[in-house]
Amino acid sequence: MLEEVATSTEGDLVINVGPQHPATHGVLHLVITLNGETIKKVEPHLGYIHRSIEKMCESLTYRQFIYVTSRMDYLSAHINNHACALCVEKAMQIEVPERAQVIRVIMDELTRIASHELWWGAMAMDIGAFTPFFHAFRERETINDIMEETCGARLTMNYMVPGGVMIDLHPDFQRKVKEFIKLFRSKVHEYDELVTGNIIFRSRMKDVGFLSKEDAISFGCTGPTARGSGVSCDIRKLYPYDVYNKVQFEEVLETGGDSLARYMVRIREMHQSISIIEQLIDNIPEGDFQAKTKAVLKLPKGEFYTRVETARGELGLYIVSEGATTPYRIKFRSPGFSNLSALDTMARGSKLGDLVAMMGTLDLVIPDIDR
Amino acid sequence: MTNEELKTRITELVPSAAFEEGGEWINVNVDPGEWPGFARQLRSDAGLQFDYLFCLTCVDWKTHLAMVYHLSSTLFRHNLVVKAKLDNHTPQIETVSHIWKTAELHEREVYEMFGVNFLNHPDLRLLILPEGWEGKNPMRKDFEDPVNMIKL
Repeated sequence: MLEEVATSTEGDLVINVGPQHPATHGVLHLVITLNGETIKKVEPHLGYIHRSIEKMCESLTYRQFIYVTSRMDYLSAHINNHACALCVEKAMQIEVPERAQVIRVIMDELTRIASHELWWGAMAMDIGAFTPFFHAFRERETINDIMEETCGARLTMNYMVPGGVMIDLHPDFQRKVKEFIKLFRSKVHEYDELVTGNIIFRSRMKDVGFLSKEDAISFGCTGPTARGSGVSCDIRKLYPYDVYNKVQFEEVLETGGDSLARYMVRIREMHQSISIIEQLIDNIPEGDFQAKTKAVLKLPKGEFYTRVETARGELGLYIVSEGATTPYRIKFRSPGFSNLSALDTMARGSKLGDLVAMMGTLDLVIPDIDR
Repeated sequence: MTNEELKTRITELVPSAAFEEGGEWINVNVDPGEWPGFARQLRSDAGLQFDYLFCLTCVDWKTHLAMVYHLSSTLFRHNLVVKAKLDNHTPQIETVSHIWKTAELHEREVYEMFGVNFLNHPDLRLLILPEGWEGKNPMRKDFEDPVNMIKL
């Protein structure tokens, strides 16, 4: 983009970060206007991985469309599937067996931990610390193995069907999850020793990328991004689904509004997720893992909306049905899209080097933003 | 506010508002001309305070387009769905990006995908589609792309 540099005025420098840049973790393209080293404007250019999932879903049946959604936020694949299953169940008034509900929630929380682990490793690497990446992946690998044993896949699990889950749990599941909890508890203090308490890390995160509470709400930020600014927005608490109203956990809130606050929310959330899994793992009720449903699902005419809490925030699914076997219109309200819109406000006036810290704590997944 | 109280308050604000039955949230249809004033009241009214626009989208009904706004209040925790019917050929509606900042990017997406013209939008241009995109809007029902679209 040499022309852009040449045509910039008043001493401003326009630079491109991405679409191929290691710190954007995907094909995000940011056009940044700089004055010296100070950021004047950040402008996202999207669409490099747009697959038109919403349009695609219009020609898929209600059993098929679930699996496309694993490819949006691939780190929360299971939770995306959860939103779809919940929406179809709500529309068709399908009762989900208790066993299936518990399995879903355990899997959701395992997914959340796996996602936060990857974020933690990748973010530390962006800041310049390479070692945490290996520590994070060591524990994450255990989760992927557990997933693989039950669902047959490690990342895009496609374990969810309307009315329950696809297959029953692997007989080894409970033992392995308990082993993982033990392992996680013994290793998690390393995260704090390596990164959280590190003076260089803290000085790079503190007071960087401030987002006020009002701005967070106005930009529609959700998940750890908003909770770092003190906005209470955990869908699991506000609009509980499946068995989230039967487990004890705390909505993690920080009031700092800076990168460090967003970092702390995710670290503390991992502990909450472990506690949810601990409460459920010994109490998986016996019974069916799937409700009996018709082979061909037809949603009644109308509009349906569900919200779930993915690792990145609130995922909304809006289905408009005309009573056919395929949806008339589907809209995914992805958390990343709204969180990204706050980046410009966060970054203005900061130094270019701090932008990576801000992007890291936004936890952007580009296929989730582009859809 | 409960759904009934919301209904009463909204009827006070916009007498011509038409409510839809069914659904867990109140669905209200307003005239596109009344939307800017109504939106400002929804945001600032002491008893409503809809400060969080959690979904903004459009539905192509072939005969017309419908803008759909999902609103929520982080203070009172009530939800509301506002719809506005737009003309199929020259769809246009006032922007709400100065009320809810999240609308700026969402409106840009609706602009390129459905061709809705958002009046007074600060920066209305393509967001996801490649530069120099010509032709129809991809999310419209009459969009045809024989090369890249495969019918199952």
